[in-house]
Amino acid sequence: MQTPARHFTRRGALAVTAAAAAGIVLDACSSSGSSSPAATTAAVTQAEIDKAMKTPTTLTFWTWVPDISQEIAVFEQQYPAIKINVVNPGQGTPLYTKLRTALDAGKGTPDVSQVEYQYIPTFAILNAFVDLRPYGAAAQAEKFVGWVWDQVTGPNGEIYAYPQDTGPMGLLYREDIFAKHGISVPATWDDFAVAARKLHAADPGVYLTNLADNEVAAWHGLMWQAGSRPYAVNGTTIGLALDDTASKKVADYWGGLVSDGLISTDPDFTSNWYQGLGTGKYASWLTGAWGPAFLAGAIKSTAGKWRAAPLPQWNTKQPVAGNWGGSTNGVIKGTPYPIAAAKFAEFLNTNPQTTAMFNTEQNLFPSLKSLLNSATFSSYKVPFFGGQQANALFASISATVNVGWQWPPFLDQSVTDWTSTVGSALAAKADVAAATSKWESEVASYAKTQGFNVTAA
Amino acid sequence: MSPPPEQVLDSRLASGSPPRLTAPRRNRGGRGMHHHRYGYVFAAPFLACFALLFVLPLGYAFYLSLFKNQLVGGTVFAGLANYSRALTDGLLLAGVGRVSLFFVLQVPLMLALALLAALAIDSGLLRLTRLIRLGIFIPYAVPAVVATLMWGYLYGPDFGPAAQLAAKIGVTAPDFLGNTLLLPAIANVVTWEFTGYNMIVLYAALRTVPRELYEAAAVDGAGAWRIAWSIKVPALRPALLLCLMFSVIGSFQLFTEPNLLQTLAPTVIGAGYTPNLYAYNLAFISQEPDYAAAVSFLLGLVMVIISYVVLYLAGRRSRR
Repeated sequence: MQTPARHFTRRGALAVTAAAAAGIVLDACSSSGSSSPAATTAAVTQAEIDKAMKTPTTLTFWTWVPDISQEIAVFEQQYPAIKINVVNPGQGTPLYTKLRTALDAGKGTPDVSQVEYQYIPTFAILNAFVDLRPYGAAAQAEKFVGWVWDQVTGPNGEIYAYPQDTGPMGLLYREDIFAKHGISVPATWDDFAVAARKLHAADPGVYLTNLADNEVAAWHGLMWQAGSRPYAVNGTTIGLALDDTASKKVADYWGGLVSDGLISTDPDFTSNWYQGLGTGKYASWLTGAWGPAFLAGAIKSTAGKWRAAPLPQWNTKQPVAGNWGGSTNGVIKGTPYPIAAAKFAEFLNTNPQTTAMFNTEQNLFPSLKSLLNSATFSSYKVPFFGGQQANALFASISATVNVGWQWPPFLDQSVTDWTSTVGSALAAKADVAAATSKWESEVASYAKTQGFNVTAA
Repeated sequence: MSPPPEQVLDSRLASGSPPRLTAPRRNRGGRGMHHHRYGYVFAAPFLACFALLFVLPLGYAFYLSLFKNQLVGGTVFAGLANYSRALTDGLLLAGVGRVSLFFVLQVPLMLALALLAALAIDSGLLRLTRLIRLGIFIPYAVPAVVATLMWGYLYGPDFGPAAQLAAKIGVTAPDFLGNTLLLPAIANVVTWEFTGYNMIVLYAALRTVPRELYEAAAVDGAGAWRIAWSIKVPALRPALLLCLMFSVIGSFQLFTEPNLLQTLAPTVIGAGYTPNLYAYNLAFISQEPDYAAAVSFLLGLVMVIISYVVLYLAGRRSRR
């Protein structure tokens, strides 16, 4: 059996016995791990940190966040010895492909990289991350929203990255279209279905929403809200339940709306889809908290017509949401400067000034409690949303996101298999619930060929 | 007696058999050794590139294809296991079937159009031939990526011109990006792109036909159609065969168009829509570069076999 490399063995000065002892404690620590004694045992000292932050160093940072040099300037001002070299390999897949290649080659990896939450296990299994516990990450846990911190925490309490932004899901809707057809904001999914039928009957050219047949991220978010737990990862054992009860519930619901022709399933982020949002073919969009800023940039012509609301609920007594999007900054294995890199990632995502700037300059939706609760943040009136305080709304949604959701260590495969099963069933108006079982079996067979021990979650 | 080299080449293309060892002997008059050596010097830059950029990666890919790389368990030697898996892989076989269908549908149409255009321009009956020639050729100069994006817009289900026109006259436009029409839609893009290229090849070949033949035929009472059918088309046989070979390869390597149209038709174009797309997805989505190498190798083998069969059939015909 392969023992996962423990980061603190890097410290040559540590006696072998001490390292072994720390390892035992670490193995014993619970999955919450936020205040594990092992982390403190192996932690780098303040003196080491001070020394590292005063040593002239250049860190390479792969990120797609636009104009991030503004936030980096704040860091460099505080730590003049450290220079950050920003490289933008492209958002998402292009960066991941390049990162994989560099990890494979064993050279050319960045010191710090942008990674989305859903890709953390995919890279963790490639041993891509430096565990941030020895660098004081656990002490930062309390600053972040609980479910967000969960997303960067490994099964044995490893801390893989610092959260940057998030995307708790809500319903963005066209207030003008709703008003024209006398539709009130649906509080439950049943209301939503009734509204879909009413709207489409009133105007056959309009659909209450578009559930894109290629957007597994939105689907995952809806499963997340419904309480599905499709992936349970623990080392080389993976529990798969992509067709659990909650997943089937979501599939049956949307399959019904689609087969009645009440909602559309056009692929998203295509020119056709942008047109549909602009012309009012879709009266709402189920999306993450980054959606309002995205719409304001993408379809300016509809300014003032949009409003935001929480997702319709399965059970109104206990409002819950899922998450779609957001990303983190992880320190990549192989960096010669783990201390400086870890402290840079920490600073960028916990410093009051930089985190506030991420929200105001780049429209990133925060993951820090202090920022979500701040008055300036929540009282901001979004002009695109007719002056609605959308920040405050999404901050309250963020507090309701389900905890315990996990991602698989091979996200890309699950995405591809979803499109060819569930996505295809949506497009073909076929049995979507049956398609989730096919999704499950395809992902399970892939997991087996990859050497995982597959169990029913 | 040895035929001159051009004839050897022609007979090879026409007969489909490997070149007979009747090339002119190099050792004429004892100066041969010198020429021999200089020949290699001149060929050296090519041979170096060939070895470095073709043979070496090919060898490495074959080496890779003998291993199995797992997320859990790492890399182990697998022998020919990847190949046996590929031979029973439903997705791959479906992809090969799809490009075969594509080949049968698209290539005859494209070559017929190219032949027609080349004959028309060569006939001397058209005015503005340069303009027409250029017009037909221009799509080839448009990068495949740009062409596909453009056609993707034209095929658009809501706001593409076809859809808008259909909406104006009150009918529903066919769903070009749907399950049934997508392959013909891709065939249309490829035809648009490559007809001009094939036309230029055929037209250039037509220009080498001695004009005296036409005059002689005209004296014998042949009209333009008769000349085209009995002199030009037979003279074009080697060039047509060359175009056909390129088309076999092009069809089976279909990648750019489906890869780009995937964003517009995500549920129609799956991971294994074409074999090349499948190999790409295996390497970069499924993280199975070793299996992808095996699939690519098998695909190469299939193309060699099909090319050989095409040459053989064409050759047998010409001997009749």
